[in-house]
Amino acid sequence: MKTWLKVLATLLLLYTIVAGFLFDVPRLNIVNETIRALYFHVPMWFGMVVLFLVSTVYSIQYLRNPSIEKDIYAVEFANTGLLLGLLGIVTGMIWANYTWGSPWHGDPKQNGAAISLLVYLAYFVLRGSVENEDQRARLSAVYNIFAFSAMIPLIFVIPRMTSSMHPGSGGNPGFNMYDLDSKMRMVFYPAVAGWILLGVWIASLRIRVRLIDEKIQNLENE
Amino acid sequence: MNKNTLVTFLLFFVIAPVWLMAQPIEMANTLRSEGKIYVVVAILLVIFAGLIGYLFLLDRKITRIEKKLPSKKD
Repeated sequence: MKTWLKVLATLLLLYTIVAGFLFDVPRLNIVNETIRALYFHVPMWFGMVVLFLVSTVYSIQYLRNPSIEKDIYAVEFANTGLLLGLLGIVTGMIWANYTWGSPWHGDPKQNGAAISLLVYLAYFVLRGSVENEDQRARLSAVYNIFAFSAMIPLIFVIPRMTSSMHPGSGGNPGFNMYDLDSKMRMVFYPAVAGWILLGVWIASLRIRVRLIDEKIQNLENE
Repeated sequence: MNKNTLVTFLLFFVIAPVWLMAQPIEMANTLRSEGKIYVVVAILLVIFAGLIGYLFLLDRKITRIEKKLPSKKD
């Protein structure tokens, strides 16, 4: 990852923290000031989806043309994506506690998100349970594609088809319908970009550590 | 102690401090306004700066280790 992207991520997130707390937001019943959580909770999911997508692309590339590097890229992007997903679900529970009345509402969006995270956790269980390196990489690449395909309907389709309290689901307008006014967009989009870049940065560090490890193992085998 | 000295003494050491205390005390009022939200922002900025600084250091450390390895594989 280029250094200017890391600096950009830092600047975008500094702006998000300052503007996210100090800029004007719509005065809405029940949500009150918690609407500001939009700048922090939602980008976790955007970041997770982007990182999982990158991971899936590397898995597809691995299956087309296997190499250990592609497997490392796929697993570390999935790993960082899972971290953002866990942060997303925990922040969502805090938000739900004060706006919906309880942390876990059995809401389709919450359940779908939880199932998706479990599907991705199973990806790491699968990796841990195969000894042979090539077999592990191939099996987990296939599973990773399945996991991404399962996540999309679980998070983005099913909650829209049933009744859900989560904004943007089940006939429930998202903030972007009329609540997310132009002033909130000015903070929300930079926030999303900043958090995604931070996720990619962390993933790139994990990848570099793994590649160093790989090189050392190759040197030892020589 | 003549009368003038007494007046000066009272003015400087008794009346002046009381008069000064009655004035509104100038402090970092911005940090206390609007439900002290600026304090929260300051705390978050410190935490964020700490984490990002740590990430940059980690990044540099990894770069240093990468340079220790033979440049080309095989």
